Amino acid sequence: MSLLIETTVNGDQREFVCEADETLMDALRNRMSLTGVKEGCGTGDCGACSILLDGELVCSCLVLGAEAAGRTIETVEGISDGDELHPLQQKFLEHAALQCGICTPGFLVAAKALLERNPNPTEEEIRYGLAGNLCRCTGYDKIVRAVQAAAVEMNGES
Amino acid sequence: MRRYDTRDIAVQYLAPQTMTEAVQALAESKGRVHVLAGGSDLLARMKGGYLEPDVIVDIKRIKSMSVIKKRAEGFSIGAGVPCIHMGRHSALKKAWPGVVEAAGLIGSDQIQGRCTIVGNLCNASPAADSVPALFAAGAMAVIQGPKGERIINIENVVKGPGKTSLKKGEMVERIQLPVKQARSGDAYLRLTPRTEMDIAIVSASVNLTLDRAGTVTEARVALGAVAPVALLVAKAGKALIGTQLDDEALETMAAACRDACDPIDDKRGTIDYRTRVAGVLATRAAKLAWQRAGGK
Ligand SMILES: Cc1cc2nc3c(=O)[nH]c(=O)nc-3n(C[C@H](O)[C@H](O)[C@H](O)COP(=O)(O)OP(=O)(O)OC[C@H]3O[C@@H](n4cnc5c(N)ncnc54)[C@H](O)[C@@H]3O)c2cc1C
Ligand code: FES
Ligand code: FES
Repeated sequence: MSLLIETTVNGDQREFVCEADETLMDALRNRMSLTGVKEGCGTGDCGACSILLDGELVCSCLVLGAEAAGRTIETVEGISDGDELHPLQQKFLEHAALQCGICTPGFLVAAKALLERNPNPTEEEIRYGLAGNLCRCTGYDKIVRAVQAAAVEMNGES
Repeated sequence: MRRYDTRDIAVQYLAPQTMTEAVQALAESKGRVHVLAGGSDLLARMKGGYLEPDVIVDIKRIKSMSVIKKRAEGFSIGAGVPCIHMGRHSALKKAWPGVVEAAGLIGSDQIQGRCTIVGNLCNASPAADSVPALFAAGAMAVIQGPKGERIINIENVVKGPGKTSLKKGEMVERIQLPVKQARSGDAYLRLTPRTEMDIAIVSASVNLTLDRAGTVTEARVALGAVAPVALLVAKAGKALIGTQLDDEALETMAAACRDACDPIDDKRGTIDYRTRVAGVLATRAAKLAWQRAGGK
């Protein structure tokens, strides 16, 4: 059963065709070429596929493409303001909070959602808030520092 | 998840707008028909190849099932409500802190945005976090089906690991919590090897009501992950009634909990360990529930 789905992705109206049992992760990657959405596990454990669905942080591997009809999706591709990096992206670079980088889009999306909800999180709150994102390379410390630095910068600006 | 082999029947995705349509879709669809709530069990199991549905009925478009309502008979939580909404509902949190904490322990923030307590219940895992808390709270499941509505005690929904008592065409519409009594409180505690993103090896939930003097008048004690299904341990509850949670009463309760355990034995927890910890967690949960009920 192929379905035609109309949805909003990073502010743009999009249409895609998907199978009834196709995940939104696969649809975003393969049908819409949004390959910033990464597949780590496909079962909700690693967070590499994190997106916002109607403003809520979710694993797109646990959402069907069909469920996106009429909803709003935000992916890592929508985080920067044109060529201007989001403070989180900038701080991830400055703090070397990535090595292979496969976990990074998911961390950025989840960290952005975390800072929107809690602009001034403690280290513990950051670690709990990002517990749904796994990283095999960095040991997490640099990620936590980058998120803290981004929070400082974002609070300073507002 | 998408398989590229040839299958005779393509999977069907249905997203009914009303409950009546959903029940009809469930009753009339042929083959393996599955309700889709948050999908955090269903889609993970499909990915793993454990489950190949023919028809998926997504209930999240049904507005009446996506709300938390305060009714005359108590709070009602729709089957489409993601657990994160329970955590944001301050009145629900105040009335049933144990239930809300149990639901809040399920998975990461990403999972919280999707998972539901009804999905947690109907997935029928022995270690499901929200289930012991719902047992202790005395919740009811409101079930809709081709023959209309039936309301059953929450303990009667799950029959065994992965098995529910729902019949063909039936689904859970919502969970009904009782009216919160004055001087009552509930609590849920679990033990996991890691602090986050782990499954309980033992869990316990206690719900107490006190009289003005601080004596327990009602007590419900439930355990998770120590038997094929969550357990409501009547004897453990009884041991607390008429007491002010003195050490002897707590030990009688803990002993009743240990007696009720029939856990699995694996590398995450031996039978002895799970059994012993069940008593310990129930004792701690009872003390917390007592505090929340205003006991001094
Ligand atoms: C990474 C990860 C971490 C997790 N951590 C935990 C944890 O810490 N604790 C825990 O308890 N669980 C955990 N889980 C399991 C899962 O998230 C929960 O069981 C969750 O509550 C399931 O809810 P859902 O809405 O996503 O269910 P779904 O996957 O949508 O459904 C689960 C099952 O119930 C059926 N169903 C759903 N709704 C209804 C209905 N209204 N009527 C009849 N049948 C219905 C479905 O058909 C399916 O068989 C985790 C899962 C993942 C992927
Ligand atoms: S790919 Fe979705 S959580 Fe790992
Ligand atoms: S940078 Fe390699 S997994 Fe995180």
